Amino acid sequence: MMLNDAVVLDVAPFGKEDGVNIVACVKQVPDTEAQIKVKGDGSGIEEGGIKWVMNPYDEFGVEEALKLKEKMGGDVTIVSVGPARAMETIRTALAMGADKGIHIDDPALCEADAYATAEALAAAIKGIPYDIVFCGQRAIDDDSGQIGSILAELLGIPQVTMVTKLEVAGTAAKATRPIEGAQLVIETALPAVITATKGLNEPRYASLPGIMKAKKKPVDVKKAADLGVAGASKSKVAKFVPPPARPPGKIICADDTPEGKAAEVVKLLREEAKVI
Amino acid sequence: MAKGVFIVAEQRDGALRKVSFELASAARKLADSLGEEVGAILCGSGVEAMAAELGKYGVDKVFVADNAALEPYTTGAHATAVAAVVKENDPSILLVGASAQGKDLAAALVGKLATGCATDCTDVKIDGGKLVAIRPMYAGKCFGEVLVSGTPQMASLRPNVFPIAENAKAGAVTKVDAPVGDGKTKVLEVQKEAAGKIDVAEANIIVSGGRGMKGPEGYGILEELAGVLGAAVGASRAAVDAGWRPQSDQVGQTGKVVSPNLYIACGISGAIQHLAGMSSSKFIVAINKDAEAPIFQKADYGVVDDLFKVVPEMTKEVKKLLA
Repeated sequence: MMLNDAVVLDVAPFGKEDGVNIVACVKQVPDTEAQIKVKGDGSGIEEGGIKWVMNPYDEFGVEEALKLKEKMGGDVTIVSVGPARAMETIRTALAMGADKGIHIDDPALCEADAYATAEALAAAIKGIPYDIVFCGQRAIDDDSGQIGSILAELLGIPQVTMVTKLEVAGTAAKATRPIEGAQLVIETALPAVITATKGLNEPRYASLPGIMKAKKKPVDVKKAADLGVAGASKSKVAKFVPPPARPPGKIICADDTPEGKAAEVVKLLREEAKVI
Repeated sequence: MAKGVFIVAEQRDGALRKVSFELASAARKLADSLGEEVGAILCGSGVEAMAAELGKYGVDKVFVADNAALEPYTTGAHATAVAAVVKENDPSILLVGASAQGKDLAAALVGKLATGCATDCTDVKIDGGKLVAIRPMYAGKCFGEVLVSGTPQMASLRPNVFPIAENAKAGAVTKVDAPVGDGKTKVLEVQKEAAGKIDVAEANIIVSGGRGMKGPEGYGILEELAGVLGAAVGASRAAVDAGWRPQSDQVGQTGKVVSPNLYIACGISGAIQHLAGMSSSKFIVAINKDAEAPIFQKADYGVVDDLFKVVPEMTKEVKKLLA
Protein backbone atom coordinates (compact mmCIF):
# COMPACT_ATOMS: atom_id res chain seq x y z
CA MET A 1 0.00 0.00 0.00
CA MET A 2 1.23 3.46 -0.82
CA LEU A 3 0.35 5.97 1.82
CA ASN A 4 0.03 8.76 -0.65
CA ASP A 5 -2.78 6.84 -2.33
CA ALA A 6 -5.80 8.57 -0.86
CA VAL A 7 -8.28 5.91 -1.94
CA VAL A 8 -6.44 3.14 -0.16
CA LEU A 9 -5.98 5.40 2.84
CA ASP A 10 -9.72 5.81 3.19
CA VAL A 11 -10.17 2.12 3.61
CA ALA A 12 -7.14 1.32 5.69
CA PRO A 13 -5.22 4.08 7.42
CA PHE A 14 -1.76 2.69 7.69
CA GLY A 15 -2.80 -0.60 6.18
CA LYS A 16 -4.65 -2.75 8.64
CA GLU A 17 -5.31 -5.05 5.68
CA ASP A 18 -2.03 -5.31 3.88
CA GLY A 19 0.11 -3.62 6.50
CA VAL A 20 3.04 -1.25 6.26
CA ASN A 21 5.61 -1.40 3.50
CA ILE A 22 8.94 -0.97 5.16
CA VAL A 23 12.36 -0.67 3.58
CA ALA A 24 15.61 -1.03 5.53
CA CYS A 25 18.90 -0.18 3.86
CA VAL A 26 21.98 -2.07 5.02
CA LYS A 27 25.68 -1.96 4.33
CA GLN A 28 28.34 -4.56 4.96
CA VAL A 29 31.32 -3.08 6.84
CA PRO A 30 34.44 -4.30 8.66
CA ASP A 31 33.77 -5.37 12.24
CA THR A 32 34.54 -2.69 14.87
CA GLU A 33 37.45 -4.77 16.18
CA ALA A 34 39.09 -4.86 12.74
CA GLN A 35 42.54 -3.34 12.37
CA ILE A 36 42.48 -1.09 9.32
CA LYS A 37 45.62 -1.09 7.19
CA VAL A 38 46.08 1.34 4.35
CA LYS A 39 47.41 -0.11 1.07
CA GLY A 40 50.95 0.88 0.19
CA ASP A 41 49.84 3.12 -2.68
CA GLY A 42 47.14 4.83 -0.59
CA SER A 43 44.40 3.68 -2.97
CA GLY A 44 42.31 2.00 -0.28
CA ILE A 45 42.48 -0.35 2.66
CA GLU A 46 43.74 -3.93 2.79
CA GLU A 47 40.67 -6.16 2.84
CA GLY A 48 42.46 -9.43 3.63
CA GLY A 49 41.59 -10.89 7.03
CA ILE A 50 38.72 -8.48 7.68
CA LYS A 51 35.59 -9.89 9.27
CA TRP A 52 32.58 -8.34 7.54
CA VAL A 53 29.41 -7.59 9.45
CA MET A 54 26.20 -5.62 9.08
CA ASN A 55 26.83 -1.96 9.91
CA PRO A 56 25.79 -1.71 13.59
CA TYR A 57 23.60 1.36 12.96
CA ASP A 58 21.80 -0.47 10.16
CA GLU A 59 20.99 -3.26 12.64
CA PHE A 60 18.99 -0.72 14.62
CA GLY A 61 17.12 0.18 11.44
CA VAL A 62 16.37 -3.45 10.59
CA GLU A 63 15.22 -4.15 14.15
CA GLU A 64 12.89 -1.13 14.13
CA ALA A 65 11.51 -2.25 10.77
CA LEU A 66 10.79 -5.72 12.18
CA LYS A 67 9.17 -4.31 15.32
CA LEU A 68 6.94 -2.10 13.20
CA LYS A 69 5.96 -5.04 11.02
CA GLU A 70 5.15 -7.15 14.08
CA LYS A 71 2.93 -4.40 15.42
CA MET A 72 1.18 -3.26 12.26
CA GLY A 73 1.59 -6.04 9.74
CA GLY A 74 3.18 -5.62 6.35
CA ASP A 75 6.54 -6.54 4.99
CA VAL A 76 10.17 -5.56 5.21
CA THR A 77 12.42 -5.25 2.17
CA ILE A 78 16.18 -5.06 2.66
CA VAL A 79 18.16 -3.03 0.13
CA SER A 80 21.94 -3.02 -0.08
CA VAL A 81 24.61 -1.71 -2.42
CA GLY A 82 27.75 -3.80 -2.28
CA PRO A 83 29.89 -6.51 -3.86
CA ALA A 84 28.97 -10.22 -3.85
CA ARG A 85 29.89 -10.62 -0.17
CA ALA A 86 27.18 -8.08 0.79
CA MET A 87 24.67 -10.89 0.14
CA GLU A 88 25.68 -12.35 3.54
CA THR A 89 24.51 -9.16 5.22
CA ILE A 90 21.22 -9.20 3.33
CA ARG A 91 20.74 -12.84 4.40
CA THR A 92 21.47 -11.87 7.99
CA ALA A 93 18.66 -9.30 7.86
CA LEU A 94 16.36 -11.87 6.28
CA ALA A 95 17.29 -14.32 9.03
CA MET A 96 16.33 -11.68 11.60
CA GLY A 97 12.87 -11.68 10.00
CA ALA A 98 12.85 -9.42 6.93
CA ASP A 99 10.88 -10.74 3.97
CA LYS A 100 12.87 -10.03 0.84
CA GLY A 101 15.93 -8.31 -0.47
CA ILE A 102 17.33 -6.23 -3.29
CA HIS A 103 21.07 -6.53 -3.82
CA ILE A 104 22.58 -3.86 -6.03
CA ASP A 105 25.85 -5.41 -7.10
CA ASP A 106 27.80 -3.64 -9.82
CA PRO A 107 31.51 -2.87 -10.23
CA ALA A 108 30.44 0.63 -11.33
CA LEU A 109 29.27 1.22 -7.76
CA CYS A 110 32.36 -0.19 -6.04
CA GLU A 111 33.78 3.20 -5.26
CA ALA A 112 30.52 5.09 -5.36
CA ASP A 113 30.33 8.05 -2.98
CA ALA A 114 27.32 8.87 -0.83
CA TYR A 115 25.45 10.60 -3.66
CA ALA A 116 25.93 7.84 -6.22
CA THR A 117 25.07 5.16 -3.65
CA ALA A 118 21.94 6.99 -2.55
CA GLU A 119 20.96 7.42 -6.19
CA ALA A 120 21.14 3.64 -6.72
CA LEU A 121 19.18 2.98 -3.52
CA ALA A 122 16.56 5.57 -4.49
CA ALA A 123 16.13 4.01 -7.93
CA ALA A 124 15.60 0.57 -6.38
CA ILE A 125 13.20 1.86 -3.72
CA LYS A 126 11.16 3.87 -6.24
CA GLY A 127 10.29 0.57 -7.86
CA ILE A 128 8.56 -0.86 -4.79
CA PRO A 129 5.85 0.44 -2.45
CA TYR A 130 7.17 2.07 0.70
CA ASP A 131 5.69 3.84 3.71
CA ILE A 132 8.84 4.21 5.76
CA VAL A 133 12.53 3.77 4.94
CA PHE A 134 15.15 3.01 7.59
CA CYS A 135 18.88 3.61 7.28
CA GLY A 136 21.66 3.57 9.85
CA GLN A 137 22.67 7.11 10.84
CA ARG A 138 26.12 6.41 9.45
CA ALA A 139 28.20 3.47 8.29
CA ILE A 140 31.17 2.79 10.53
CA ASP A 141 33.55 2.39 7.59
CA ASP A 142 33.44 5.68 5.67
CA ASP A 143 31.62 7.47 8.52
CA SER A 144 30.03 9.77 5.99
CA GLY A 145 26.51 9.77 7.49
CA GLN A 146 24.75 11.10 4.40
CA ILE A 147 22.95 8.23 2.70
CA GLY A 148 19.60 8.49 4.51
CA SER A 149 19.36 12.24 3.97
CA ILE A 150 20.29 12.16 0.28
CA LEU A 151 17.89 9.27 -0.20
CA ALA A 152 15.07 11.29 1.35
CA GLU A 153 15.82 14.21 -0.97
CA LEU A 154 15.92 11.97 -4.04
CA LEU A 155 12.65 10.29 -3.05
CA GLY A 156 11.14 13.70 -2.28
CA ILE A 157 10.08 12.71 1.23
CA PRO A 158 10.91 14.15 4.67
CA GLN A 159 13.58 12.77 6.96
CA VAL A 160 14.50 12.56 10.60
CA THR A 161 18.09 11.58 11.35
CA MET A 162 19.78 10.10 14.45
CA VAL A 163 16.54 8.72 15.87
CA THR A 164 16.60 7.14 19.34
CA LYS A 165 12.85 6.67 19.75
CA LEU A 166 10.08 6.23 17.20
CA GLU A 167 6.30 6.04 17.42
CA VAL A 168 4.30 5.50 14.25
CA ALA A 169 0.63 6.44 14.31
CA GLY A 170 -1.58 6.79 11.28
CA THR A 171 0.24 8.59 8.53
CA ALA A 172 2.69 10.38 10.79
CA ALA A 173 5.53 9.44 13.11
CA LYS A 174 6.99 11.01 16.22
CA ALA A 175 10.75 10.66 16.53
CA THR A 176 13.22 11.66 19.21
CA ARG A 177 16.71 12.72 18.21
CA PRO A 178 19.53 14.10 20.35
CA ILE A 179 21.34 17.36 19.66
CA GLU A 180 24.04 18.87 21.87
CA GLY A 181 22.50 19.30 25.30
CA ALA A 182 18.92 18.45 24.34
CA GLN A 183 16.54 15.93 22.86
CA LEU A 184 14.22 17.03 20.07
CA VAL A 185 10.83 15.42 19.62
CA ILE A 186 10.01 15.75 15.93
CA GLU A 187 6.80 14.94 14.10
CA THR A 188 7.08 13.92 10.50
CA ALA A 189 4.63 13.06 7.79
CA LEU A 190 5.01 9.62 6.21
CA PRO A 191 6.45 8.26 4.04
CA ALA A 192 9.75 9.40 5.49
CA VAL A 193 13.34 8.30 5.87
CA ILE A 194 14.34 7.57 9.45
CA THR A 195 18.02 7.13 10.28
CA ALA A 196 18.61 4.96 13.30
CA THR A 197 21.14 5.36 16.05
CA LYS A 198 22.07 3.56 19.23
CA GLY A 199 19.32 3.66 21.82
CA LEU A 200 16.47 3.04 19.36
CA ASN A 201 16.24 -0.65 20.25
CA GLU A 202 18.24 -3.80 20.96
CA PRO A 203 18.70 -5.66 17.67
CA ARG A 204 17.69 -9.32 17.84
CA TYR A 205 19.94 -12.17 16.87
CA ALA A 206 18.93 -14.39 13.99
CA SER A 207 17.45 -17.67 15.22
CA LEU A 208 18.43 -21.00 13.71
CA PRO A 209 15.00 -21.47 12.06
CA GLY A 210 15.32 -17.87 10.90
CA ILE A 211 18.64 -18.65 9.25
CA MET A 212 17.14 -21.70 7.52
CA LYS A 213 14.14 -19.72 6.28
CA ALA A 214 16.32 -16.86 5.09
CA LYS A 215 17.96 -19.13 2.53
CA LYS A 216 14.67 -19.44 0.67
CA LYS A 217 13.61 -15.80 0.83
CA PRO A 218 13.78 -13.93 -2.49
CA VAL A 219 16.67 -11.57 -3.19
CA ASP A 220 16.58 -9.60 -6.41
CA VAL A 221 20.08 -8.91 -7.74
CA LYS A 222 20.31 -5.73 -9.81
CA LYS A 223 22.94 -4.01 -11.90
CA ALA A 224 23.30 -0.24 -12.09
CA ALA A 225 21.90 -0.31 -15.63
CA ASP A 226 18.76 -2.16 -14.42
CA LEU A 227 18.10 0.85 -12.21
CA GLY A 228 19.07 3.45 -14.77
CA VAL A 229 21.97 4.80 -12.73
CA ALA A 230 25.60 5.17 -13.74
CA GLY A 231 27.40 5.39 -10.43
CA ALA A 232 28.50 8.96 -11.10
CA SER A 233 30.16 10.02 -7.85
CA LYS A 234 30.42 13.66 -6.81
CA SER A 235 33.41 13.10 -4.54
CA LYS A 236 36.20 10.63 -4.05
CA VAL A 237 38.83 9.70 -1.52
CA ALA A 238 41.90 10.61 -3.54
CA LYS A 239 44.25 9.13 -1.00
CA PHE A 240 44.01 7.00 2.13
CA VAL A 241 46.61 7.68 4.80
CA PRO A 242 47.35 6.00 8.12
CA PRO A 243 46.61 8.10 11.22
CA PRO A 244 49.53 10.21 12.42
CA ALA A 245 51.69 8.23 14.84
CA ARG A 246 51.56 9.39 18.44
CA PRO A 247 54.91 10.00 20.10
CA PRO A 248 55.61 7.51 22.89
CA GLY A 249 54.21 8.67 26.20
CA LYS A 250 55.61 8.46 29.68
CA ILE A 251 54.52 6.47 32.67
CA ILE A 252 54.23 8.68 35.75
CA CYS A 253 56.07 7.12 38.67
CA ALA A 254 56.57 10.09 41.02
CA ASP A 255 57.01 8.73 44.53
CA ASP A 256 54.90 5.71 43.67
CA THR A 257 51.90 6.83 45.72
CA PRO A 258 48.53 7.70 44.16
CA GLU A 259 48.87 11.20 45.66
CA GLY A 260 52.32 11.70 44.16
CA LYS A 261 51.26 10.46 40.73
CA ALA A 262 48.14 12.62 40.75
CA ALA A 263 50.16 15.72 41.65
CA GLU A 264 52.75 14.94 38.99
CA VAL A 265 50.27 14.36 36.19
CA VAL A 266 48.36 17.56 37.01
CA LYS A 267 51.64 19.47 37.04
CA LEU A 268 52.63 18.06 33.65
CA LEU A 269 49.23 18.88 32.17
CA ARG A 270 49.64 22.45 33.37
CA GLU A 271 53.32 23.10 32.65
CA GLU A 272 54.30 20.75 29.83
CA ALA A 273 51.10 20.03 27.94
CA LYS A 274 49.51 23.38 28.84
CA VAL A 275 46.02 21.99 28.49
CA ILE A 276 44.61 22.92 31.91
CA MET B 1 31.99 29.85 -12.73
CA ALA B 2 31.44 29.12 -9.09
CA LYS B 3 33.27 31.53 -6.84
CA GLY B 4 33.57 32.27 -3.13
CA VAL B 5 33.86 30.31 0.07
CA PHE B 6 30.55 30.10 1.94
CA ILE B 7 29.74 28.88 5.39
CA VAL B 8 26.45 28.02 7.06
CA ALA B 9 26.50 29.87 10.39
CA GLU B 10 24.84 27.95 13.20
CA GLN B 11 22.82 29.69 15.88
CA ARG B 12 20.73 28.47 18.75
CA ASP B 13 18.79 30.21 21.52
CA GLY B 14 19.61 33.69 20.31
CA ALA B 15 23.37 33.33 19.85
CA LEU B 16 25.81 32.12 17.24
CA ARG B 17 27.41 28.82 18.21
CA LYS B 18 31.19 28.62 18.55
CA VAL B 19 31.47 26.39 15.50
CA SER B 20 30.26 29.31 13.38
CA PHE B 21 33.42 31.29 14.22
CA GLU B 22 35.57 28.22 13.57
CA LEU B 23 33.93 27.90 10.15
CA ALA B 24 34.39 31.61 9.40
CA SER B 25 38.08 31.48 10.35
CA ALA B 26 38.73 28.36 8.28
CA ALA B 27 36.79 29.81 5.34
CA ARG B 28 38.83 33.05 5.51
CA LYS B 29 42.06 31.08 5.12
CA LEU B 30 40.73 29.15 2.13
CA ALA B 31 39.31 32.29 0.53
CA ASP B 32 42.58 34.18 0.96
CA SER B 33 44.54 31.48 -0.81
CA LEU B 34 41.97 31.55 -3.64
CA GLY B 35 41.73 35.34 -3.68
CA GLU B 36 37.97 35.08 -3.14
CA GLU B 37 35.35 36.31 -0.68
CA VAL B 38 33.77 34.65 2.33
CA GLY B 39 30.00 34.51 2.49
CA ALA B 40 27.94 33.30 5.41
CA ILE B 41 24.37 32.04 5.36
CA LEU B 42 22.43 32.60 8.57
CA CYS B 43 18.94 31.17 9.00
CA GLY B 44 16.47 31.62 11.81
CA SER B 45 13.92 34.01 13.21
CA GLY B 46 15.02 37.37 14.58
CA VAL B 47 18.68 36.57 13.87
CA GLU B 48 19.72 39.66 11.93
CA ALA B 49 21.45 41.20 14.95
CA MET B 50 23.82 38.23 15.14
CA ALA B 51 25.02 38.69 11.58
CA ALA B 52 27.41 41.57 12.29
CA GLU B 53 29.52 39.44 14.63
CA LEU B 54 30.53 37.18 11.75
CA GLY B 55 32.41 40.05 10.12
CA LYS B 56 34.89 40.01 12.99
CA TYR B 57 36.05 36.55 11.95
CA GLY B 58 36.64 37.27 8.28
CA VAL B 59 33.19 37.14 6.70
CA ASP B 60 32.69 39.63 3.85
CA LYS B 61 28.98 39.11 3.28
CA VAL B 62 26.23 37.65 5.39
CA PHE B 63 23.02 36.41 3.79
CA VAL B 64 20.27 36.40 6.38
CA ALA B 65 17.15 34.32 5.87
CA ASP B 66 14.84 35.50 8.61
CA ASN B 67 11.57 33.66 8.80
CA ALA B 68 9.43 32.30 11.64
CA ALA B 69 9.39 28.93 9.84
CA LEU B 70 13.18 28.71 10.31
CA GLU B 71 12.90 28.56 14.10
CA PRO B 72 13.47 26.08 15.62
CA TYR B 73 15.72 24.25 13.17
CA THR B 74 14.15 21.62 10.97
CA THR B 75 16.02 19.80 8.22
CA GLY B 76 13.45 20.53 5.53
CA ALA B 77 13.11 24.28 6.14
CA HIS B 78 16.82 25.02 6.62
CA ALA B 79 18.05 22.81 3.78
CA THR B 80 15.52 24.41 1.42
CA ALA B 81 16.53 27.94 2.44
CA VAL B 82 20.28 27.31 2.37
CA ALA B 83 20.10 25.48 -0.97
CA ALA B 84 18.26 28.45 -2.49
CA VAL B 85 20.91 30.92 -1.28
CA VAL B 86 23.68 28.64 -2.55
CA LYS B 87 22.09 28.29 -5.97
CA GLU B 88 21.62 32.05 -6.21
CA ASN B 89 25.22 32.88 -5.27
CA ASP B 90 27.06 29.86 -6.71
CA PRO B 91 30.00 29.55 -4.27
CA SER B 92 32.79 27.13 -5.13
CA ILE B 93 33.13 25.89 -1.54
CA LEU B 94 30.50 25.45 1.19
CA LEU B 95 31.55 24.69 4.77
CA VAL B 96 29.15 23.47 7.45
CA GLY B 97 29.81 22.57 11.08
CA ALA B 98 29.95 18.85 11.87
CA SER B 99 27.68 19.45 14.85
CA ALA B 100 24.46 17.49 15.32
CA GLN B 101 22.54 20.12 13.37
CA GLY B 102 25.27 20.80 10.83
CA LYS B 103 25.76 17.17 9.88
CA ASP B 104 22.02 16.77 9.44
CA LEU B 105 21.87 19.88 7.27
CA ALA B 106 24.96 19.04 5.21
CA ALA B 107 23.65 15.64 4.18
CA ALA B 108 20.29 17.06 3.10
CA LEU B 109 22.11 19.77 1.12
CA VAL B 110 24.14 17.13 -0.69
CA GLY B 111 20.83 15.67 -1.85
CA LYS B 112 19.37 19.03 -2.86
CA LEU B 113 22.50 20.33 -4.59
CA ALA B 114 23.58 16.99 -6.10
CA THR B 115 27.15 17.34 -4.94
CA GLY B 116 29.61 15.70 -2.56
CA CYS B 117 30.55 16.48 1.01
CA ALA B 118 33.53 15.40 3.09
CA THR B 119 32.09 14.74 6.56
CA ASP B 120 33.68 15.69 9.89
CA CYS B 121 36.94 17.07 8.49
CA THR B 122 39.93 17.77 10.70
CA ASP B 123 41.79 19.81 8.07
CA VAL B 124 41.00 21.63 4.84
CA LYS B 125 43.34 23.22 2.33
CA ILE B 126 43.52 24.43 -1.24
CA ASP B 127 45.62 22.58 -3.78
CA GLY B 128 45.60 23.62 -7.42
CA GLY B 129 42.56 25.83 -6.83
CA LYS B 130 40.59 22.90 -5.45
CA LEU B 131 39.48 22.00 -1.95
CA VAL B 132 41.32 19.10 -0.32
CA ALA B 133 39.43 17.91 2.75
CA ILE B 134 41.12 15.64 5.25
CA ARG B 135 38.89 13.48 7.37
CA PRO B 136 39.09 10.48 9.65
CA MET B 137 37.50 7.30 8.34
CA TYR B 138 36.83 4.05 10.20
CA ALA B 139 36.46 6.33 13.26
CA GLY B 140 40.07 7.45 12.86
CA LYS B 141 41.71 4.11 12.07
CA CYS B 142 42.75 5.82 8.84
CA PHE B 143 42.35 9.21 7.15
CA GLY B 144 41.10 10.12 3.69
CA GLU B 145 41.99 13.07 1.48
CA VAL B 146 38.74 13.90 -0.24
CA LEU B 147 38.23 15.78 -3.50
CA VAL B 148 34.75 16.93 -4.46
CA SER B 149 33.94 17.12 -8.16
CA GLY B 150 30.40 18.43 -7.61
CA THR B 151 29.57 22.10 -7.01
CA PRO B 152 29.85 23.47 -4.46
CA GLN B 153 32.67 21.47 -2.93
CA MET B 154 31.21 20.74 0.51
CA ALA B 155 32.91 19.85 3.77
CA SER B 156 31.64 19.66 7.32
CA LEU B 157 34.26 20.65 9.89
CA ARG B 158 34.64 18.89 13.21
CA PRO B 159 33.86 21.28 16.08
CA ASN B 160 36.74 22.32 18.32
CA VAL B 161 39.48 21.46 15.82
CA PHE B 162 39.77 24.60 13.70
CA PRO B 163 41.23 27.65 15.47
CA ILE B 164 39.20 30.83 15.72
CA ALA B 165 41.05 33.87 14.34
CA GLU B 166 39.83 37.44 14.42
CA ASN B 167 40.18 39.14 11.05
CA ALA B 168 37.78 42.04 10.65
CA LYS B 169 35.93 42.25 7.35
CA ALA B 170 32.80 44.08 6.31
CA GLY B 171 30.27 41.41 7.25
CA ALA B 172 27.77 43.28 5.08
CA VAL B 173 24.27 41.98 5.68
CA THR B 174 21.89 41.11 2.86
CA LYS B 175 18.41 39.96 3.78
CA VAL B 176 17.15 37.20 1.54
CA ASP B 177 13.64 35.95 1.09
CA ALA B 178 14.43 32.26 0.88
CA PRO B 179 11.85 29.49 0.49
CA VAL B 180 11.36 27.27 3.55
CA GLY B 181 9.96 24.04 2.13
CA ASP B 182 6.79 22.12 2.75
CA GLY B 183 6.79 21.89 6.54
CA LYS B 184 6.40 18.11 6.57
CA THR B 185 8.37 17.87 9.80
CA LYS B 186 8.02 19.98 12.89
CA VAL B 187 9.65 20.11 16.29
CA LEU B 188 7.03 19.29 18.92
CA GLU B 189 9.26 19.60 21.93
CA VAL B 190 12.80 20.46 22.99
CA GLN B 191 13.76 18.48 26.09
CA LYS B 192 16.79 20.22 27.53
CA GLU B 193 19.30 18.26 29.50
CA ALA B 194 20.62 19.46 32.84
CA ALA B 195 22.03 22.96 32.45
CA GLY B 196 25.79 23.10 32.14
CA LYS B 197 26.16 19.60 30.77
CA ILE B 198 28.84 19.66 28.08
CA ASP B 199 28.48 17.34 25.11
CA VAL B 200 31.50 15.09 24.53
CA ALA B 201 31.49 16.03 20.85
CA GLU B 202 32.10 19.69 21.70
CA ALA B 203 34.21 19.45 24.84
CA ASN B 204 37.75 20.79 25.18
CA ILE B 205 38.42 18.27 27.92
CA ILE B 206 36.82 14.85 28.39
CA VAL B 207 37.08 12.71 31.50
CA SER B 208 36.03 9.27 30.39
CA GLY B 209 35.34 6.05 32.29
CA GLY B 210 35.14 2.41 31.28
CA ARG B 211 34.54 -0.97 32.81
CA GLY B 212 37.07 -0.15 35.52
CA MET B 213 34.56 2.28 37.09
CA LYS B 214 32.84 -0.89 38.41
CA GLY B 215 29.33 0.60 38.26
CA PRO B 216 27.33 3.77 37.69
CA GLU B 217 28.17 5.11 41.17
CA GLY B 218 31.88 5.05 40.30
CA TYR B 219 31.33 7.96 37.91
CA GLY B 220 30.83 10.34 40.84
CA ILE B 221 34.58 10.95 41.09
CA LEU B 222 34.79 11.55 37.32
CA GLU B 223 31.94 14.07 37.51
CA GLU B 224 33.86 15.89 40.25
CA LEU B 225 37.09 16.03 38.26
CA ALA B 226 35.14 17.07 35.16
CA GLY B 227 33.42 19.74 37.22
CA VAL B 228 36.65 21.45 38.24
CA LEU B 229 38.12 21.13 34.75
CA GLY B 230 34.99 22.32 32.92
CA ALA B 231 35.05 18.99 31.13
CA ALA B 232 32.49 16.59 29.71
CA VAL B 233 32.19 13.05 31.07
CA GLY B 234 32.53 10.32 28.46
CA ALA B 235 32.17 6.57 28.59
CA SER B 236 33.37 3.45 26.81
CA ARG B 237 31.00 1.13 25.00
CA ALA B 238 31.27 -1.40 27.83
CA ALA B 239 30.01 1.20 30.32
CA VAL B 240 27.16 2.31 28.06
CA ASP B 241 26.13 -1.24 27.21
CA ALA B 242 26.08 -2.05 30.92
CA GLY B 243 23.60 0.80 31.34
CA TRP B 244 25.93 2.84 33.56
CA ARG B 245 25.99 5.90 31.31
CA PRO B 246 23.71 7.36 28.59
CA GLN B 247 24.37 6.55 24.94
CA SER B 248 25.07 10.20 24.18
CA ASP B 249 28.26 9.95 26.27
CA GLN B 250 29.76 7.02 24.37
CA VAL B 251 33.14 7.61 22.74
CA GLY B 252 34.31 5.23 20.04
CA GLN B 253 33.52 3.78 16.65
CA THR B 254 29.87 3.12 17.54
CA GLY B 255 29.59 6.33 19.55
CA LYS B 256 31.12 9.74 19.11
CA VAL B 257 34.51 10.29 17.54
CA VAL B 258 36.19 13.09 19.48
CA SER B 259 39.31 15.22 19.40
CA PRO B 260 39.48 17.33 22.55
CA ASN B 261 42.61 19.03 23.85
CA LEU B 262 42.73 16.60 26.73
CA TYR B 263 41.24 13.13 27.11
CA ILE B 264 41.54 11.47 30.51
CA ALA B 265 40.76 7.75 30.21
CA CYS B 266 39.94 6.14 33.54
CA GLY B 267 39.54 2.40 33.85
CA ILE B 268 39.42 2.04 30.08
CA SER B 269 41.53 -0.82 28.76
CA GLY B 270 41.48 0.50 25.20
CA ALA B 271 39.47 -1.73 22.87
CA ILE B 272 40.42 -0.89 19.29
CA GLN B 273 37.00 0.62 18.59
CA HIS B 274 37.44 2.95 21.56
CA LEU B 275 41.00 3.93 20.68
CA ALA B 276 39.83 4.80 17.18
CA GLY B 277 37.30 7.22 18.58
CA MET B 278 39.66 9.21 20.77
CA SER B 279 43.21 8.85 19.49
CA SER B 280 43.09 12.20 17.66
CA SER B 281 42.83 13.95 21.04
CA LYS B 282 45.70 16.39 21.53
CA PHE B 283 46.76 14.99 24.91
CA ILE B 284 45.77 11.69 26.42
CA VAL B 285 46.09 10.62 30.03
CA ALA B 286 45.38 7.01 30.93
CA ILE B 287 44.74 5.82 34.45
CA ASN B 288 44.49 2.07 34.82
CA LYS B 289 45.61 -0.61 37.26
CA ASP B 290 46.67 -2.91 34.44
CA ALA B 291 50.08 -1.81 33.13
CA GLU B 292 49.54 -3.97 30.01
CA ALA B 293 46.29 -2.21 28.99
CA PRO B 294 46.47 -1.12 25.31
CA ILE B 295 45.31 2.40 26.25
CA PHE B 296 48.84 3.12 27.54
CA GLN B 297 50.16 2.86 23.97
CA LYS B 298 48.10 5.93 23.05
CA ALA B 299 48.68 7.87 26.27
CA ASP B 300 51.02 10.83 26.62
CA TYR B 301 50.93 10.36 30.37
CA GLY B 302 50.15 6.99 31.90
CA VAL B 303 49.32 6.38 35.54
CA VAL B 304 49.40 2.74 36.58
CA ASP B 305 47.41 2.75 39.79
CA ASP B 306 43.98 2.52 41.36
CA LEU B 307 41.87 5.18 39.69
CA PHE B 308 39.62 5.40 42.74
CA LYS B 309 42.64 6.76 44.62
CA VAL B 310 44.25 8.78 41.83
CA VAL B 311 41.23 10.62 40.42
CA PRO B 312 40.07 12.27 43.69
CA GLU B 313 43.68 13.37 44.29
CA MET B 314 43.81 14.89 40.82
CA THR B 315 40.59 16.78 41.59
CA LYS B 316 42.22 18.20 44.72
CA GLU B 317 45.37 19.17 42.81
CA VAL B 318 43.40 20.90 40.04
CA LYS B 319 41.34 22.78 42.63
CA LYS B 320 44.55 23.99 44.28
CA LEU B 321 45.92 25.05 40.93
CA LEU B 322 42.84 26.98 39.91
CA ALA B 323 42.22 28.50 43.36
